[in-house]
Amino acid sequence: MSLTEREWWAVLHGMCLGALFLLAFSGVLIEFWTMRSNLVTAEGIRKSVRRAIVGTWVMAIVAWLTVITGTYIVYPWYRAKPPVQPAPTAAIVSPEKTDLAYYPKAYLVANPKTAQWHNFGMEWKEHIAWFSPILATAVAFVTSRYRQQIAYDNLLRWSLMTIFVISFAAAGVAGLFGAFITKAAPLY
Amino acid sequence: METKQTLNNGAAAAAILAAGIGSFAFGAAVCLAQAVKAVGNFFTFSVAVGPLSGKTSVGIVVWVAAWLILGRMWKDRQVSLGKVFSLTLVLIALGLLATFPTFFDMF
Repeated sequence: MSLTEREWWAVLHGMCLGALFLLAFSGVLIEFWTMRSNLVTAEGIRKSVRRAIVGTWVMAIVAWLTVITGTYIVYPWYRAKPPVQPAPTAAIVSPEKTDLAYYPKAYLVANPKTAQWHNFGMEWKEHIAWFSPILATAVAFVTSRYRQQIAYDNLLRWSLMTIFVISFAAAGVAGLFGAFITKAAPLY
Repeated sequence: METKQTLNNGAAAAAILAAGIGSFAFGAAVCLAQAVKAVGNFFTFSVAVGPLSGKTSVGIVVWVAAWLILGRMWKDRQVSLGKVFSLTLVLIALGLLATFPTFFDMF
């Protein structure tokens, strides 16, 4: 029972960081949802704001770490090109074949039945994921700056919740396709 | 009795709109890289990562620049958050559309 270095990075990227972001979402959303001046006491709002500040910053930082490790560590392994095979000649009857299993992108696009996992799935995932940290950072900044005022300003609170949900949805799409693609072509 | 100190919403509006502008810029960079091969090559800031490195860098630079500029402009101002938020949603929607493979493959 062991994992390669690449598998460890893939686990950190998807199952640790990505999953942490997705799991933390519901908790922070509840804080925003209940942070209403007509429902909670001033002390309750203060505590709720404190939890929301910590939660949104943790999520923003985790989102940045997820996209950075995904893009600059895991993705290069995924998209690496297999070495070019020499053309078979009379002298070389059976050239050594490259095992495409070590080149997930090449493996997926080589088969029409799996090509869409890259052409649609990965192409969407690698882009949409980057919306998440940008939007989460904006939410975290506004939450820390405006604190209790969020509870008294419905428009501001709804704006933050909406952007926060979009940030989560973007991460959700990326995470979902990440899981499917890893299933179709694991990174060894 | 507790007194509430109310901040002007300019800083919040700047952060929210800048996120929309950054999202749109990223989407535009994705379409541009797809449509013009030279741009795609130019965006290859990292050979291992490919054009994605440049597309994301453009989005981040535009986002940070927009945030700094709007933040300075609206620092002590009260702005129409409803309008800013609506515009932000439009920009995010356009950015999301531009990064949808079926859409950017048309270029």
